[in-house]
Amino acid sequence: MVSTTPVKLDERRVWEELARIPDPEIPAISVVDLGVIGSVTVEGDRVRVELLPTFVGCPAIGVMQAQISERIGALEVAPAVEVIVTMDPPWTSDRITPTGRERLRLSGFAPPAPLPAGPALGALDELAVLPIAECPYCGSRNTTMENPFGPTLCRAIYHCADCRQPFEQFKRV
Amino acid sequence: MSDLDDATRSAVAELLLSLADDEFVIGFWDSEWTGIAPMLEEDVATSSIAQDEIGHARALYELLAALTDDDADRIAYGREPDAYRHAALLDHRRGDWAFSVARRYLYETADAVRLASLATSSHEPLALLAGKMRREETYHLLHADIWLRRLAASPDSSGRLADALRSLWPDAQEIFAILAGEEALVRGGVLPTPLRALHAEWQQHVRPVLEAITGPLPDAVPTLGGRERHGDDFRWLHGEFTMVARQEAGVTW
Repeated sequence: MVSTTPVKLDERRVWEELARIPDPEIPAISVVDLGVIGSVTVEGDRVRVELLPTFVGCPAIGVMQAQISERIGALEVAPAVEVIVTMDPPWTSDRITPTGRERLRLSGFAPPAPLPAGPALGALDELAVLPIAECPYCGSRNTTMENPFGPTLCRAIYHCADCRQPFEQFKRV
Repeated sequence: MSDLDDATRSAVAELLLSLADDEFVIGFWDSEWTGIAPMLEEDVATSSIAQDEIGHARALYELLAALTDDDADRIAYGREPDAYRHAALLDHRRGDWAFSVARRYLYETADAVRLASLATSSHEPLALLAGKMRREETYHLLHADIWLRRLAASPDSSGRLADALRSLWPDAQEIFAILAGEEALVRGGVLPTPLRALHAEWQQHVRPVLEAITGPLPDAVPTLGGRERHGDDFRWLHGEFTMVARQEAGVTW
């Protein structure tokens, strides 16, 4: 049997609507492509959406919760919409989809470098692992990090030595 | 967490409070640099770090509130200064830039050791949060490390940095101050490594780095009550960060 039960159809509609909700801080990317939607379940009279914060202190989380509640509520797949903030599983920058990475690049943000594979590092070993950012304008890897902190918690500031453009990188976390 | 006995529950609460208060207080001290840091990049960096730390504190206060059936805002803003449990290291006003860099380096290295251990805690919400915080704290550690080396390399600043490190050294130990009920925490795996073992691991890493700047540092160990003595600097900061909450009880953003 294929997954075309009414519940599955409702869940698919919720996912489709979520894919049209922009991230409040970087509107070029949707909350789905950003990877912050952990799960969607429709059960009885309730839609439950799990939201994974990019950063623990992200001030946009409340805005996202309100937006998701409103937009999913308007779909009327169920009377109640619950948007739960959880860190299980934790959001990492590897959750950004290939489409999301491309959208970031097109709007002038270097996508985050992939997380290193292999065994976890010790508590104080991580200083050697500086992420390299590819310039979103000319593709050069001849770039330097100017500041690991930028206009929002999730962004770092770089400079491209080839095309001489400053640019931002979505941080690898 | 209804499966915890009362003694363990209050020990977990004490641990969460110490972690939350550390992040909360250093976050507020960092925010003191917003607008007046030595350069624009550092205005952005200290403000961003402060926002991270206060965000971490909020998440920790929420875990604590869930455990003790309390309210996170009440815990954050509704206590008298003596009820805060941040380490003595965080009881000093921000000082000059060298002092802030010295304190950040001491704090971030100790916090990294502590979080690496807590990420394997048997208290699952804490393990998840510690794992998540660690990813963000890596950037703080990187920032502190770069500035420590930068100030140490210049003759103008290395003396100030060395003075600050020497004066903060004893109070930095208190990040690992003995907690009431620690035995129960270790036995149950909530605290996977005893604080004294974490302290030894931290000293082993930082002592050679610091002594290259300061010369020999004295033996120093955490003390009992290293999170309970607060002075005028913290009383002043407490007055600042509780100002809005005191003006209108129950106010929300």
